[in-house]
Formats: sequence, C-alpha cells, structure tokens
Amino acid sequence: MSGGARAGEDAAIEGVAGYEVVVGLEVHCELSTATKLFCGCANAFGAPPNTQVCPVCLGLPGSLPVLNRRAVELAMRIGSALHCEIRPSTFHRKNYFYPDMPKDYQISQYDEPVNADGYLELPGGARVGIERAHIEEDTGKTTHVGGGGRIHDADHSLVDYNRAGVPLVEIVSRPDIRGAEQARSYVSELRAVLVATGASDGRMEEGSLRVDANVSVRREGSEGLGTRCEVKNLNSLRSLGRAIDFEAERQVAVLRSGGRVVQETRHWDEDEGRTSSMRSKEEANDYRYFAEPDLVPLVPDEELLERATRAMPVLPAARRVRLSALVGDDTAADQVTTVVDLGLDDLVVAAAALGADASLALRRAANEAAQRPEQARRIDAGVFARLLSLESAGTLSATQSKAVLAEVLESGGDPEEIARRLGFEALPAAELEAVLDEVVASHPAEWERYVGGDDKVAQLLTGLVMRATRGRANGKAVAAALASRRA
Amino acid sequence: MTPAASGALALAAQVRAGERSAASVLEESLAAIRGRDPELHCFNALADAHARERADEVDRLVASGTDPGPLAGVPVALKDNICTRSAPTTCSSRILAGWTPPYDATVVSRLAAAGAVVVGKTNLDEFAMGSSTENSATGPTRNPWDTGRVPGGSSGGSAAAVAAGMVPVALGSDTGGSIRQPAALCGVVGVKPTYGVVSRYGLVAFASSLDQIGPLATTVAEAAAVLEAIAGHDDRDSTSLEQAAPRCSEVLDDGARGLRVGVVADFLADASPDCTGAVRAAADVLAGHGASVEEVALPELLHGLSAYYLIAPAEASSNLARYDGVRYGLRVDAPDVETMNGRTRAAGFGPEVKRRVMLGTYVLSAGYYDAYYAQAQRVRTLVARAFARAYAGVDVLLAPTTPSVAFPLGSKTSDPLEMYLADLFTIPSNLAGHPAMSVPFALGEGGMPVGVQVLAPALGERAMFRAAAVVESGADPRARGPVPARGAR
Amino acid sequence: MSGQLSTEEVAHIARLARLEITEEESATYAGQLSAILEHVDAVRRLDTAGVPPTSHAFELRNVLRADEPRPCLERDEVLAGAPRAEDGRFLVPRILGEEP
Repeated sequence: MSGGARAGEDAAIEGVAGYEVVVGLEVHCELSTATKLFCGCANAFGAPPNTQVCPVCLGLPGSLPVLNRRAVELAMRIGSALHCEIRPSTFHRKNYFYPDMPKDYQISQYDEPVNADGYLELPGGARVGIERAHIEEDTGKTTHVGGGGRIHDADHSLVDYNRAGVPLVEIVSRPDIRGAEQARSYVSELRAVLVATGASDGRMEEGSLRVDANVSVRREGSEGLGTRCEVKNLNSLRSLGRAIDFEAERQVAVLRSGGRVVQETRHWDEDEGRTSSMRSKEEANDYRYFAEPDLVPLVPDEELLERATRAMPVLPAARRVRLSALVGDDTAADQVTTVVDLGLDDLVVAAAALGADASLALRRAANEAAQRPEQARRIDAGVFARLLSLESAGTLSATQSKAVLAEVLESGGDPEEIARRLGFEALPAAELEAVLDEVVASHPAEWERYVGGDDKVAQLLTGLVMRATRGRANGKAVAAALASRRA
Repeated sequence: MTPAASGALALAAQVRAGERSAASVLEESLAAIRGRDPELHCFNALADAHARERADEVDRLVASGTDPGPLAGVPVALKDNICTRSAPTTCSSRILAGWTPPYDATVVSRLAAAGAVVVGKTNLDEFAMGSSTENSATGPTRNPWDTGRVPGGSSGGSAAAVAAGMVPVALGSDTGGSIRQPAALCGVVGVKPTYGVVSRYGLVAFASSLDQIGPLATTVAEAAAVLEAIAGHDDRDSTSLEQAAPRCSEVLDDGARGLRVGVVADFLADASPDCTGAVRAAADVLAGHGASVEEVALPELLHGLSAYYLIAPAEASSNLARYDGVRYGLRVDAPDVETMNGRTRAAGFGPEVKRRVMLGTYVLSAGYYDAYYAQAQRVRTLVARAFARAYAGVDVLLAPTTPSVAFPLGSKTSDPLEMYLADLFTIPSNLAGHPAMSVPFALGEGGMPVGVQVLAPALGERAMFRAAAVVESGADPRARGPVPARGAR
Repeated sequence: MSGQLSTEEVAHIARLARLEITEEESATYAGQLSAILEHVDAVRRLDTAGVPPTSHAFELRNVLRADEPRPCLERDEVLAGAPRAEDGRFLVPRILGEEP
C-alpha cells in the first residue's frame, strides 16, 4: 500500500472541494420468477438450507442448464423499461473458484448482453446512461462461523445453495452519476422501475437488490475519468450514500497528499463508517470467459418481445410528468416524487378526474396518505374525492379533513358519516359569531390592532377561535367573519 | 454361450417371447463378468442387486402379457461417466471415488424404458481423457484379444466388455473418438451419433461441445437398436436436437446401390498398411454392392487434432473446476478453503487430467485466448466447411478409425503427444458434430482387429448405417468380437 | 509467443486452476505443455482471416423452459456426498479470498 493510500485511510475528513465525484453503479436484481434460472427449483427466500436444490443448481456432475423463459421475458422487460436495445445475446462462463458457486464458474452474459445502451431518467430530469443489463445466475450463501462472523477471522464457513441459480439481471450504469445524493436517487428510481415492471420485488434488505459502486474523483472541470475503486457491501440506500461520500473524500485526500488512487475493490463497513481494501493473496482475477457450450444463443423474436412488453405499466418518470401537468405547480416536485414513489399517483389523478382540487389531492396524498401507503393504495378514489370536496367547500376544516382521512385510511367508510361521527359538522354561523364575540372581548388590544389594519394579528385571532371551537371552525369561514366585522 | 455371443436382438426376442427369462440372461452375463473381469478389469462397479430387481421386473411384465420393450432383458454396461442411482459414478477418478449420484442420466431412463438391464459401470480413462484406458485410478483395462495390449480409450472398459462377451452391448461416450477408437481396437461396432441426437443429461462432462453418448455392440444391427432406444429429444439438454431418434434399423438391408462413397485420401498416408488396406477393401465391398466410390481430398481435417487439443482442454478446465472438495467426492483437509481446493485437486486428479486442465486454463487465460482458443474455433469452422464440401458430392465418407491396431500397454504413456495421435482420424467428426462409426473389418498386425470408419453429415445416421451394414457383410468374420479368452501373446 | 512455457507461468496457471503442484511437477508440466503447444502451433499459423469461430456444433437458438417448478432433492440426498456438513449446510474451512 502506498503512503498516499495510507494517508487517505486516516484522513477522509477534509471534504471534496474542488473535485467532482463520479459514480457508476452495478445493481444486481433478483428476478421474480417461480423457479430458478436453469432448473425447476423454487425461487423463494427463506427456506431451510439446501432444501431448494437439485442436480442442476448444485452443479452435480452430468447436470445441464435449461434457460427459464420467464426470466428471459423479465430481463427483456427491464431492458425495455430502461430504453435499452434488446439484442441477440449469448451466455458465457465466468471461471473462478469460490465455495458458494457450485460449478466454480458462473453462467453470465459477457460480450453479447441481452440489453444494451439505455438510460434511466431521474426525478428532476437527469438521465443516467445504462451500459448494459444482462442475465446471470446467483451464487449460494456463505455463513462464517466463529470470529464474530467476519470472513477472515472465521473458524469455518457453512454454505447453503438455495440461492444458487436464482435469476439475476445485472444493470450496469455509465459513470454518469455525480455524488452520493444522485446515486441514491438513481437506485430508488431504478427500484421503482423494477417493481413497476413486475421484474423484482426490489427488497434491498432481503438481497433482492444489491448495489456495488464504482467511485472516482477528478478535478472540477477536467474531462477524463480518475482511477476508480469498486465499493461493495452496500446493503441500503443509506450505506450507499455514506460509502460514496467516504470513498470520495478518501480519494481526494490521497490526491491532495500527492498520492495516487489504486484501482481496487473496497469493502464498506457500515459500523465503522469506512471502506477498506479487499485485496487478498489471490492474483489479479482472470475469469477466462468462454461461450457456454451447454446453452444456445438467445434471439429476441417477435413472440419474446411481445411477451416482454405486454401490459407494460406507465413508468415512474412518465407518471411524474403526468402528475406535474395535472397539478400545474412547479414547486410541488418533491410531493410529486413522493406520491409516485409510493404508487399513490393513480389515486390523485382519479380524484381530480372526479372533480377534486388536484393540488389539494396531491398535498393530502404526499403528507397524510403517505403515512400509510399500503392502506392509501386501497382507498376508493370516489371516497377520496368526496372528502377533498368537503374540505374545499369549507364544510370541513383542514384539521377535520385530516382526521377524517386518517379514519378512512384506518377503517374505511364514508367521509360524511365519519365527519358526523367525529362531530365535525360545520359550526353553525350563530355559534361562530358567539365565539368571535368572546374572543374580541377577551383580547381587546389584539382586536384594536386588527381593526387598525394589522393583518398579521389575524392569524392569532383565528387560532384563538379554533382553540375555542376545538378545531370545529373552518379557517376560511373564520377569516370571512373577521373581515366582515372589520369592514 | 455368453449373452454377447447370442446377440442382443436374439436375446430380446427370446425374452419378449417368454422363451428365456431376463433373470437367466443376467446371471449368464454376471457369470461371464466374474470369469473374465479379474484379468481384463472392464468394470469399476457392478449394479448386480439392482440389475436382478430390474430383470425380475422385466420377467413379471412378460408374464403379465406386457411388452417390456425392444431391449427386453438385454444386459447393458455403462461407461462409468454416465450417472446412475444404482451404482457409484466415478469417472475412474480418485476425486469421485465412491460417489453415487442422486439421479439417473436420461440414457439410463431410456434404456430402462426399452427393457434393458444395466449390469455395471465400465472403466475409462479418467474423465474420458485418454486413448488407452490406462489413465484410470482403478487400473488399466486389458484388450481381450491380447491382454498385453490396450483396449483403446477412453471407453475401453465398455469396448472390452463387449469384445469379451460379458455383455452384448454397452454405452460409451465419444469426445474425440472415445467410442470408435476402442471399438476398432477391440473388434466391435462403435457409434458416435450426431451431436444432439442422444441427450447428454447425466453424462459427466469432459468437453461439452463435443461429447456424445453412443452404443458399442458386436453387430451393426444391435448398435442401431440401442441407438434407437437412447436417442431422441430431451428437454433437460439445451443442445438436444428436436428430431426424433433416427430409425436406422429400417435401412440395414437397403444395400449400397446408388450410395455415393468418398474415401478420405488425406488419412490413408498417416495410417499403417493394415488400416489403410482395410479401408480400400471396404470401399471395394461397397463398390461391389453398387456404390460409387471416389477419393476426396480434405486436408483441413488433419488440422482437427490441433484444434481439438485446444478446445477440449479449455472446456474441460471449466467442467472439472467443480471437483473442489466442497460438495461431493474427495476432500484433502487444509486450514483454509483455497489450500483445501488445491490439495484435493492435486490428490484427486491423475497426471493426464491435470495436464489438460492446465493446458485448457492456459489457452483461455488473458492474452492467449485469441491466439489459441479463438483460432482453434476458427479451425473448427474450417473442418466443418471441408466436410460440407465433401458431402456436396458424396453421401458417406470412408476412413480408417485408427492409425494402427491396438498397441502394447505402457507403450505410449510416457509421451502424451504420441497418445493424442491415436485420435487423428476420429476427431474431425466431433468438431463438426457429425455422426461416425467404426465397423470391425479385418485382422491386422499381430492378428488384432482393424476397424473401418464410416462418416456421414449431420443427421446422416441412416446413410451411415446403410453403408456400415454393407461393410460389415464383407468383413472378415474373425475380426469381430466376442473373442474367447486367449491371454497375452 | 513461442509456445514455450516457463515454470513460473506453469505455477501461475496451476494457481488459476487451483492445483497444488510441486516445483518438480511444475518443471515436468512446463516441458510437456510446451511440447503440446509446439505441436498445436500449426493451428496458429493457418490463415483464418474472415472465418468465424465455431463454439457450438449447430446453430440452435431460444431453447427455453417453462417457469414451472419441478421437485427438488431431499436434503439427505443433497448432503449425502458432502465431505463435511453441519446444520444442513456444507462445511468448508476458513475462506481467505473475497468473493470477486
């Protein structure tokens, strides 16, 4: 290890000012098929060890792989959603020894991947190029026993091959991502696309989605790419962001101290909050790729393409455009993103079509409904629209409307009925006037200032009315009553 | 009379007719094995208990009026690289010693469906790498014609078992000649079908793009019957062809009239006079039966050997990676998994396997792939093109199977290259994926049998068997097994 | 490239192939592999300009299987051949190298 690298290990704290952080991501996505990629064993998470294996996925001598049609369709579906060219492709063997790999080679796609040259559009409009999205098989799972579960300190390891042969698509981005925030945005957008297409359940915590980051830094304004390091063991969006920040700062520190970044694979330690070199005694990997003789080429004929694109849902980027156009408010971009991420955009659009105020619908969806997305996706658009209309018409106050929505989410039902049950019937005008009388009487100084033209005090007065009516008063009605008294 | 001497078809006819029991046929076969195997070492393991159950089942079917199939009660030996639940499958390697697969190869199920009875597993060159069956962890098989000579390889155990009359038929595997070469050296018929005609599911892979299972038998007709039983599409093998099993038995009496035969001139110069003479005589037999015969020049085929010794080891280096001491087979303990892998493989593989694994690793490694492996694949294309040129004008080709008759044990073990040359004439068909078979034809040097090879284009099995049946009809009957015990000479 | 392998190259290949070999074996293999490579060197000199490589005997395509479950093996069968097993899993000694 060079002195520069050592300096970087210790001093990754000075920030990256003057440098640009360049990131490319490799995302492994487990496909939601019923069976594995090359055999009929169930593709399911959580079974007892070594109970979902057969001669093929155990790599027993004499066994042969046969490609799963559904996995091919889902892979092409991903390619289609990522605007890739779906091409004739072949399978290769990637040869290396590792105990979790039953054949000691991995069947993957090499120079002829099924999907190439696409892009993913992020919220905000940035496009990240997709170099390729290819099919490969997953490995088994190794548990390290003793030494605190750490690989090198372990006494021995135990291998479960249930996951071996599960179909994966590896999605390789171009180095178009700038920094940790955009990397997180890319992964969450990609995840949304994968879930929307039905290709994957997108569960990072179960390992359905696994991310490796290629991180490099370069002087701001320079064109070429710096030497990159591949960071592994990123198990959540949070670790992805932290790891990129750490790694970028480490590399900048190396460069600032006059060192050179060494191209290597680095391991992210979530507890320590740092990356460390994974270089082992093994020599540089030489995977000796060659065409898999046991499998034949895959050619996207009309039938495969038709099945791959059939019932393709509207993807998140297009859904955001649709929702933004409906609301017509550029400042609501974050709410739009939230609502689309949670799959609540259809509810908003449908409620608006039934006459609800689109901006109000977006606000209630992004803030209140978003607290309980599972339930929110199940509520009827007509119910949501009626509730919003009650609020717009002033029949319910904002506070009351939120309470009714919470009840609708909790146990369903009709908004008017719920409002009645909660005692949210509109405050009779006479009662409101009586409360106003009390407020004016008890706060003469404030009332004087209001009458004198100080509008800032209106809020305070409204609040006092609200408190006195325990939220039953409608804000707009109070404002109107105050204004008419001043006039 | 041994079962092999009766012939598989006669036996099956008798069993189906209820004239003989499958159980008695099996016992004869087992007795023949017990009698000669201590000397010849054809078998790595017997599946006698399972075989007796199977034979009884066949007899029950016959008794109940159900036809057990075209190979009813026929004892069959399987090369020990074909997976069986009923007996260990070791590939004659220490690394798989004692391993019993939890599944049957597709050919095993098909044989059972045809009524055949698997009696045991035959010796081979470790992982089918060799041409003499001397590269075996269980010791060499000896040629029943002369126990001082090799039976050929790598399916030497299967060829010798048929030649010695222990079983009427056997299965072998052929990656570069491993069925045809031992068949020729042991005086039996050996068939390598078109790649994809017989399922490879359950055949322990050597070089996946070249491997093919096929029958060994004493006659062309028996070989045809066994091929029909094991061939046909299998959805467990992605390279299995859609075509149904070729009906070769139908054409055996069709004669040679109108058949266009080419003699591969380029091979004649590299073969010994007895082998060359057999090819010329076989061509005369075909011409005498009305075939047109011409010599064809196919110099590209001679480059096949070099291409093969790059392609096959490359695939093998990957196919044999899985023998790492983790999941099955041998493990040599070590403090870490990497050392355990290395020691297990060092102890488990014999020298020829190691040599080929290293050669294959080298030609696939960074910087050498294009110069060696990719170039060999281009030469493979050239071989296929040369065949296509020939088959534009002829239906089948005739060639020697081997450059010489069986050689003495130990005579080529010190020089790997010398051994590789034994496959010079058989390799091109594997590279092209074409069918080819060896038919015993004459006696050569030392009274040893000489085989003649009939080659055909892809899925040309019917033309091939038609020509082979005519060649067989003109062959010296003394050149054909089974041979009585004679010992070393 | 002469086709002559050094003992260092042989040692490197043996590591890639996970074969523990002695120095003596390394020297033997260097000689034998060099001889084989010399023999097959004729292949490298052939003019193959414009000739496509053949990886498969025949040009099949799109051989696909329906996504339908088939029975798995019983765990006893899975572990029957295992040199060592524990808790239903295959036991291996400590792993030094990281997964690529």
